[in-house]
Amino acid sequence: MRKLLLFSLVIFSGIIFTARLLYLQVFDNSFQEMSEINAVSVVYDIPQRGYIYDRHGKLLVANQPSYDVMVIPKDIRALDTLEFCKMLHISKEDLERILGRARVYSPRLPSVVLPQLTKDEYAYLQERMYKYPGFYIQKRTLRDYQVDHSANILGYIAEVSPRIIEANPYYRMGDLIGRQGIEQQYEEELRGVKGVKYIQKDRFNRDIGPYKEGIFDTIPIQGKDLTLTIDETLQAYGELLMKNKRGGIVAIEPKTGEILALISSPGYDPSLLVGRQRSKNYTELYYDSIAKPLYDRGLLAEYPPGSTFKVINALIALEENVIDESDSFSCHGGYSYGRGRKMGCHRHPSPANLNLGIYESCNAYFASIYRRIIEKYPTPQQGMDRWSDHLKSFGLGGFLGNDLPIGRPGKIPNSEYYNKIYNFPTYKWYSTATISNAIGQGEVITTPIQLANMTAAIANRGYYITPHIIKEIDGLPIDFPEYTEKKYTTISPEHFEPVIEGMYDVYNKGTAKYLQVPGIEICGKTGTAENFTRIDGKRTQLTDHSIFIAFAPKDDPKIALAIFVENGYWGGRYAGRMAGLLIEKYLKGTISRKDMEEWVLSRSLEEEYAKPLSGKPFRINQ
Amino acid sequence: MSVSSGIGKFDWITIFIYLALVAIGWANIYSASLTDSSGVFFDFTQTQTKQLVWICLSFVLIVFLLGVDSKFYERFSSLIYILAIASLVGLFVFGTTIAGQRAWFVIGSAQIQPSEFVKAATALAMAKYLSDIQTNIQTFKDQLRAFVLIAIPIVLILLQPDPGSALIYFAFIFPLFREGIHFVYLLLGFFAAFLFVTTLAFGDEWVITGILAITLFIYILNRKKRPNLFKYIFIAASCIVFSFSVDYVFENVFKQHHRDRFNIVLGKEVDIKGVGYNTNQSEIAIGSGGWTGKGWTEGTQTKGSFVPEQHTDYIFSTVGEEWGFLGSFIVVALYVFLILRLLYLAENQNSTFSRVYGYSVASILFVHFFINISMVIGLFPTVGIPLPFLSYGGSGLWAFTVLLFIFIRLDSQKHVNR
Repeated sequence: MRKLLLFSLVIFSGIIFTARLLYLQVFDNSFQEMSEINAVSVVYDIPQRGYIYDRHGKLLVANQPSYDVMVIPKDIRALDTLEFCKMLHISKEDLERILGRARVYSPRLPSVVLPQLTKDEYAYLQERMYKYPGFYIQKRTLRDYQVDHSANILGYIAEVSPRIIEANPYYRMGDLIGRQGIEQQYEEELRGVKGVKYIQKDRFNRDIGPYKEGIFDTIPIQGKDLTLTIDETLQAYGELLMKNKRGGIVAIEPKTGEILALISSPGYDPSLLVGRQRSKNYTELYYDSIAKPLYDRGLLAEYPPGSTFKVINALIALEENVIDESDSFSCHGGYSYGRGRKMGCHRHPSPANLNLGIYESCNAYFASIYRRIIEKYPTPQQGMDRWSDHLKSFGLGGFLGNDLPIGRPGKIPNSEYYNKIYNFPTYKWYSTATISNAIGQGEVITTPIQLANMTAAIANRGYYITPHIIKEIDGLPIDFPEYTEKKYTTISPEHFEPVIEGMYDVYNKGTAKYLQVPGIEICGKTGTAENFTRIDGKRTQLTDHSIFIAFAPKDDPKIALAIFVENGYWGGRYAGRMAGLLIEKYLKGTISRKDMEEWVLSRSLEEEYAKPLSGKPFRINQ
Repeated sequence: MSVSSGIGKFDWITIFIYLALVAIGWANIYSASLTDSSGVFFDFTQTQTKQLVWICLSFVLIVFLLGVDSKFYERFSSLIYILAIASLVGLFVFGTTIAGQRAWFVIGSAQIQPSEFVKAATALAMAKYLSDIQTNIQTFKDQLRAFVLIAIPIVLILLQPDPGSALIYFAFIFPLFREGIHFVYLLLGFFAAFLFVTTLAFGDEWVITGILAITLFIYILNRKKRPNLFKYIFIAASCIVFSFSVDYVFENVFKQHHRDRFNIVLGKEVDIKGVGYNTNQSEIAIGSGGWTGKGWTEGTQTKGSFVPEQHTDYIFSTVGEEWGFLGSFIVVALYVFLILRLLYLAENQNSTFSRVYGYSVASILFVHFFINISMVIGLFPTVGIPLPFLSYGGSGLWAFTVLLFIFIRLDSQKHVNR
């Protein structure tokens, strides 16, 4: 018995130790993680974000260094708060709040104390920073905008949100990510891939060399430079013309589908979202719920297309073979249908054939051919669906699939839609119920980019290429099939010529005859769309939207565009003038119609926009 | 009696385990010292190079130890003990204070810690005393003398102060028990330790309640035998007084860092940045080893020097991190096997002197092994004692070599002696 005591104690402790070691080393994995946190620090090498150029190689977006004051809370030693605050120009309360938040985030990981110092502040602080252990200055790269426009296209970069970090493990707290526009759409190309360095730390958190001789380290991959399809000159000019007006302009090169200009007004200077004023500026832009500068009207705004829609109804009527070019319809100041209902029209020669119908924008003519389209088939449902399918082949009524991260589908109704609102088959509906579609009012709505694409398809005589904004990546032209393939419409090519001729005559003798640009054969179509808003729950009509679509030159189209000017009254008034100016600017680089330019630049619609907000009764279409 | 004639009778199993442990020790010291060193191998200021020199010198020492006639150790044990005690006393005159402990003689660039060697000397003296034909350990007088033999070095070492090293002398309770002291001594020791720990862990209110409940329970169970009520009251009262005194000692006699170390292990205070730092870092290092470890010189915790005293007292954490469960298990198994082998050999000695000495060697190694590993894997408060043969340090390595090889020498002569 006495012999056995120590003997069994030795064996017993051997067993206890083995069990404890099994628990520590094999069953409890938390130690592995703790060891990593403890001894290995990960340093990321973030590559420079790619530059952005316009179609002619003009630099739009570059980078600039920026300096942030950072803190690692656990390294802070006795701190002369007063002097430190004075140096950083912040109050003591602010500093305490920031440090408190940093401690909550992590005592050992860096947090930002003061972001984005100016170069002067940096130079001043850099020399004094050594006196404040735990604080240091970190360099990072910010965007440097070379232009003060195109913010809607370019987007901006901002720190990643926790939600994105959760969804995409590439990002870590404090990383920058593209938001909106090109920065968001081509985030992966622009950002490159960050490099990772694993660094062995000692107990004082000092670097003592690469972890495992750097076998897990990766080198960063540089961000790629992007060349956009945007013509900077055209874009800038468009934004200038749209100053003090609201609306959207989209210009497309018909042969390639390249977006030449994508203007949303009001816009903002992209530099506002860089630097220390970023969040203040962003808040201001974000909460401007009236002018909505962050809302891209070129892509998102859904307007009734108005009379510009007539050209496409003409094409459908020709394709459906319900009219020929010479078929005429008389117009007596409008079109009467149903029980005494009448769609008004303005004064113009009568009767109207296709050509005159287009250039004089005759409502009666288009109401008549629309009825023929719908009534061609045994039921209005069939006619409606046929009509709807033709429209959809122009990219209307759905997402275009363009390379911008936002968009709206617009609306092109079909029979299902009308069956539902008219409660078919309990109640029946006929072509007259949807007659407003003939003149681009009623249930159809389109976005500026959809209408510009439709115009491009007409300019191309029957096909379009999905509009896109990327031209080259790192100097190599893109070869994405979705941006090079032709998408054919359901209209035969031969039907386009008479319609284009009509659009040409809009300038020669029609609604835009005073807007001619010498030396350029422009084909266009005016549009004037009634629109409504709700004021105190009451549906109230506002001044019409001024709409215009155009392409030029007629026989070899280089530019097609659509312009919406909110509450600009009739189509030729604002949008028509702008169309001529933009086309000439793009094709010639100079402006010969100085009178038109002067007219547009000197006018503001702010008063018009203020009317419904004034709370007082107001008159429209003045 | 020359070395060559006795060579076949040395216990080669023990010698092999010794060599294996020393080799493992050096490999881990090398790894743990890498960060602090310039990487130049033949630089005698480097920890790993110095340890290699100590190891080589200890081989010379072994030849000497095995060459000496085994009768020498028995004959001169009293003198060796007196010299050893004198060296401890000498510390207070000639010693140098390092890290608050007056435990070192500094001769040139070498430092010697005599308390390491006193263990072997005390073991010799104890063996000598117990093997004396005059000694009857059953008598209280001789028990007292044996305890005095142990108490002298304990007191001297506590005065340095080095409570960790002093703790080791309680190892002698095992050879004494083996040689026949009453079971009650052992039981009292363990019961006191048990009460001590439970009082600290749960507070004296609970322990007292527990004592009363158990006493009452036993009394009721035995009441048909008409037990002596007074005896029960006395035992319970003693326990309660002890429990109170533990609280008193803990609060008033212990220094704060002693209290902290206990509290960490008892889980009462978790402050991993402060006092619990050693234990916590050591657990992280060992725990991050996994099944097979991170590989030699690949331990991130070791490289980052997160574990303090890693090449000395915490060397086992390097084993755990770089060699994983497999390596740690092998080291634990080697120790268990070594100690069991020594016990087996001790039991087979013909002379009482050799048996008691061998038993003392096994006990001393066991207490070192038990306290050190328990501390490193977080089962015991931080007590600064080395792991025999593995930890860095010339004095320690030599002292353990002397301790072990005297017994190997004695063992080689077991058939010759009587």
